[in-house]
Amino acid sequence: MSEEPLIAVDDLEVHFPGGPRSILRRGSPPPPVRAVDGVSFEIRRGETLGLVGESGCGKSTTGLALLRLVEPTAGSVTFDGRDVRALSRRELRTLRRRVAMIFQDPYASLDPRMTVGDAITEAMVIHDLHGDGKGRRRRAGELLERVGLHPDVAERYPHEFSGGQRQRVGIARALAVEPDFIVCDEPIAALDVSIQASVMNLLAELQADLGLTYLFIAHDLAAVQHVSDRIAVMYLGRIVEQADREQLYRSPGHPYTQALLSAIPVPSPAHERERRRTLLEGDVPSPMDPPSGCRFRTRCPEVFEACGRVDPALQEVAEQHHVACLLHGEVGTEVPRSEHRDAART
Amino acid sequence: MMSEAPVLSVRDLEVSFATKRGVARVVRGVSYEVAAGETLAIVGESGSGKSVSTLALTKLIPIPPGRVTGQALLGDDDLVPLSERQLLEYRGTRVGYVFQDPMTSLNPVHTIGRQLTEHTRYHLGLSESQARERAVELLEQVGIPAAESRLDDHPHQFSGGMRQRVVIAIGLACDPDVLIADEATTALDVTTQAQILDLVRRLQRERGMAVVWITHDLGVVAGIADRVLVMYAGEVVEQAGVDTLFDLPRHPYTVGLLESLPVLGDLERRDLTAIPGLPPPPTHLPEGCAFHPRCAFRHDERCATERPPLTEVAPGHSIRSFYAVPEEAARAASTAARLPEPGSDRTTDPEGRDDARSGRT
Repeated sequence: MSEEPLIAVDDLEVHFPGGPRSILRRGSPPPPVRAVDGVSFEIRRGETLGLVGESGCGKSTTGLALLRLVEPTAGSVTFDGRDVRALSRRELRTLRRRVAMIFQDPYASLDPRMTVGDAITEAMVIHDLHGDGKGRRRRAGELLERVGLHPDVAERYPHEFSGGQRQRVGIARALAVEPDFIVCDEPIAALDVSIQASVMNLLAELQADLGLTYLFIAHDLAAVQHVSDRIAVMYLGRIVEQADREQLYRSPGHPYTQALLSAIPVPSPAHERERRRTLLEGDVPSPMDPPSGCRFRTRCPEVFEACGRVDPALQEVAEQHHVACLLHGEVGTEVPRSEHRDAART
Repeated sequence: MMSEAPVLSVRDLEVSFATKRGVARVVRGVSYEVAAGETLAIVGESGSGKSVSTLALTKLIPIPPGRVTGQALLGDDDLVPLSERQLLEYRGTRVGYVFQDPMTSLNPVHTIGRQLTEHTRYHLGLSESQARERAVELLEQVGIPAAESRLDDHPHQFSGGMRQRVVIAIGLACDPDVLIADEATTALDVTTQAQILDLVRRLQRERGMAVVWITHDLGVVAGIADRVLVMYAGEVVEQAGVDTLFDLPRHPYTVGLLESLPVLGDLERRDLTAIPGLPPPPTHLPEGCAFHPRCAFRHDERCATERPPLTEVAPGHSIRSFYAVPEEAARAASTAARLPEPGSDRTTDPEGRDDARSGRT
């Protein structure tokens, strides 16, 4: 961590208004949806941070907030030493030349009436890159080749491509602005297994060649583990654990991470039979009304009395390994292990 | 397990659809059997024909343009020649279905209670109060708390996992001989998926039903199946017991699939081997072996000209390929080879928490 991180996120918060007051619903307006509620992390240059969590945990909103595609309601985002939230509209445009985004469904994120060549050059026009139309078309051809497609496909429309090819087009378009940093939001979730591998390989190759930095957002921990250097686990708007990929797998510290790891089916029957599963009960609470104290306590197999009172902060439990859980020695709340189990669930 | 007579026995099932681009041959000569208490997984990628090969059994596909031939024996009855009206006696009663998305398989304007009693009143002739009693019982079995008070709730009042439990309860309402689960956990989060898999395993044990589990997720297959069919371009390309399939896959497509998977716990970062190319469209299937244009083990002209038959490479293990993947390469592709010994991983909990957990499964 001696090097200055490329991205530093500190106490990021994105709250969506709970909706207007209406004549049908008197009294106070509904509470805000606390989609992202105090998230902090750093990403070093050339590194991939995996952000993993289940639906509704706030992982995608976090990605959008980094680019100010949704406005954060509090906290700070620093990109290469500049405070992203303080940028003016014009400065923001300059920033968006250096950051790009790849979305889950390349079919939805490409305009069906625009050739893929036009989709790729569009960003170059906005940022006035590569001179004239001819130069841009040449560059688009190069980019298509870079992602493993024939340059001639620039004349075609999105519907003429398969899912995997469309995702390659999405990657070429992200590269059009020559970014340093790419937010990959579930880039492989919509693809078949045999195609997922080729897209993950392409992302790794581009990172090695172009020195890209990635935030890789996904619900699939196996894929995240494969592509990431470090992994952050989100639950209900918070990061509950952050560690390097190996550490997170070998000694997960947060009960949620442990449950997540034990819930993921492994493609080996022998391993599946041997596994000890921690089955979580119930469902994720509403982000409009998160539980007091630790947000995971309503489903936590290790819950004890203090969990309802104390909101655990991320603590360093080993080098570069942070866990937000009272089991990991929040000062003054140390509880003997035997008592954890007897404590009633709240 | 297979010594018992199969509950469901499908032979040479062919399903085609007339389309503007020609005849789409979606299922081509698929045969399988499943016995009571057994789980057969059908695995394949999108468009492989895995769903249609079960939907077609009770004509849950549009006919025409669809056309079904072959045989589907449920006990002694062949379902294929039956009329729509006759099939009513089988759908939902002797064959139960659970589909991927519980929000679309439940009717949003009716209460859960109504949707749960519909079947039992119609098919089993229960009175309203008997049917409601049965509904409560079913909801309790699938783990819905305060079942009685939830009967008058609508689907949107349930979470995704709870909705899928309701769908399973409906699937089980008439005590089917076979439960067909089509991507039943795909739309769910992993922790919810684990709950549902656990539930289905338990219900199967208790009721001794046959389960056909359709999925693209090889991890789920490893955890739930006894036997596995791998489908590609409408055909069964490999068929084996679950351990054999993962430890010693012999068809080049199965090997390719396993090699392209990222495996949780495989910390040696290595390049995943993607399968080049794309599956053929069902209207324009290649000559010869359907997989040959993408096959890493393609050998000679025969692959491109002759359709390989399903041949046995070991007892209970067949592949549709002229050339089986050599054992050594097959073992190297096995996912077990990429993982630490079962049970040996993740033992380094500084607090010895695993000791406290070892009693659980």
